[in-house]
Amino acid sequence: MWQAIYEELRGAGLEIIAVAFDAAGTAAVEAKIRCPDIAERPTMIADLMGWSPELWAQQAPPTYPCLIDETHLVAELYGMVNVPQGVWIDEQGRIVRPAESAGTIDMVRHLNRETLELPDAAVKAGASARMAYIDALRDWVKNGEKSPYALPPEEVKRRMKGPGEAEVLAATHAKLGRHLFAQGDNAGGRRHFAEASRLCPDSWNYRRQSMVLEPELIGQLNTAPEFWAAVDALGDTPYYPPADLSPVR
Amino acid sequence: MTTTVLYDDRVTAVAGARVAGDHLWLAPDAMAAATGWKLEPQGLCRGDACVRTDATWVDADGHVDLTAFATHMGQPVVHDGDAWAVGESAGVRRDALLSTQAPDFELPDLDGKLHKLSDYRGKKVYLYSWGSY
Repeated sequence: MWQAIYEELRGAGLEIIAVAFDAAGTAAVEAKIRCPDIAERPTMIADLMGWSPELWAQQAPPTYPCLIDETHLVAELYGMVNVPQGVWIDEQGRIVRPAESAGTIDMVRHLNRETLELPDAAVKAGASARMAYIDALRDWVKNGEKSPYALPPEEVKRRMKGPGEAEVLAATHAKLGRHLFAQGDNAGGRRHFAEASRLCPDSWNYRRQSMVLEPELIGQLNTAPEFWAAVDALGDTPYYPPADLSPVR
Repeated sequence: MTTTVLYDDRVTAVAGARVAGDHLWLAPDAMAAATGWKLEPQGLCRGDACVRTDATWVDADGHVDLTAFATHMGQPVVHDGDAWAVGESAGVRRDALLSTQAPDFELPDLDGKLHKLSDYRGKKVYLYSWGSY
C-alpha cells in the first residue's frame, strides 16, 4: 500500500519512513515485511487497515526505509499511542501534522468478536477514510505549506499533547519492563508493562508490547478478553480516533 | 552485588551501590558512568550544565543519591530487584514538542543500517508507525 504511494510521490519530493514498534526485534518485523506470500496474512488485518483486496494483492516489499524501534522511542518522542499513526514533517524538519490515525476508522468497534470479521459497510468506510487521508497527503506533497492539510504551528501545538507525569512514569515502567524481559524475567517484564498500561490507559503501545513479548502471540490480533474489556472501557471514546482532516485554510 | 542502572540509552552495571528504600546511592564514579553526571565542586555537571547539589544528596562516604537528583530533575525512578530505571522529565519533553520541530532519532533498518530523521532534511517526510501484524 505505502509502496504504491511512495512510487507515486517520491519524484515530487516525498520520503516515507516506516517505524515498526516491535519489541520482538528484527526477525519478527522481517517476517512481516518480506513475507514470501503476503496473502498469507489474515484478511481481517487487511480490512482493519483499510486496504482494498487489489492493493493488498499488489503489495510489494517497501523500498523506503523500514526502521525497527524496539524501545518505542518514536512513540514516546511523537506521542503515538496506537498503530498505524502518521506524522507529516516538512523540508525544514517542522511537524505540520502531529501523530494521528493514518486514515483508519474505528474498525475495532465494528469487528465481530466471534468470527473476527468486519461487516462490508465498515470495510468500505475504512477504505474511503484511507483514500481521504492519502488524498490529503497528495495535496500536501503538491502544495506544501499552502495545502489546507498542512497545519500552522499554533494548530500543531494545540493538537500535540505533551506527556504528563503519568506518561513519563509509565514510559519508565515500560523501560524497566523491557530490560527485565531481555534478562529473561518475563514475570517482571509483564508486571511493569501492566503498571505502564494502568498509568496510561490511552496507550495501546504498552498493551501491545506486553503481548508481542509473548512469542506465540506475535502476528496475531490481541483478542484476549482483557483486550475487549479495555476497548469496552473506553465507552464512547474511539479506539482509533479518526484523523481530523478538515481544511485549515 | 551488582546493580543495573537504565538512564537515557545507557545500561550500566555498577558495583557497590547502596539501596535505602526508593533511594539508590552511587559512588561518584559509578554515578558518572551510569548517568554522565559528574560530581564536581560546583555540583553535578554534564557538558555545560551544572546542577547545584543539595547537602542531603551526598553522604559521608561521598555517595550520591541518584533518586533525589533525578526527582529534582523531574525524572521518575522505578526499580525492581537490582534493576533501576530513570525516565525522562515531562517538562523537558513538552518544551521540545512545543517547538514543533520534529525530534530527531536514529534507528536501524532491517539490514542494521542506521537512519537518522535529520538525514532527510530538505524533503517532505511521511513518518508512520506500525505494529508486527
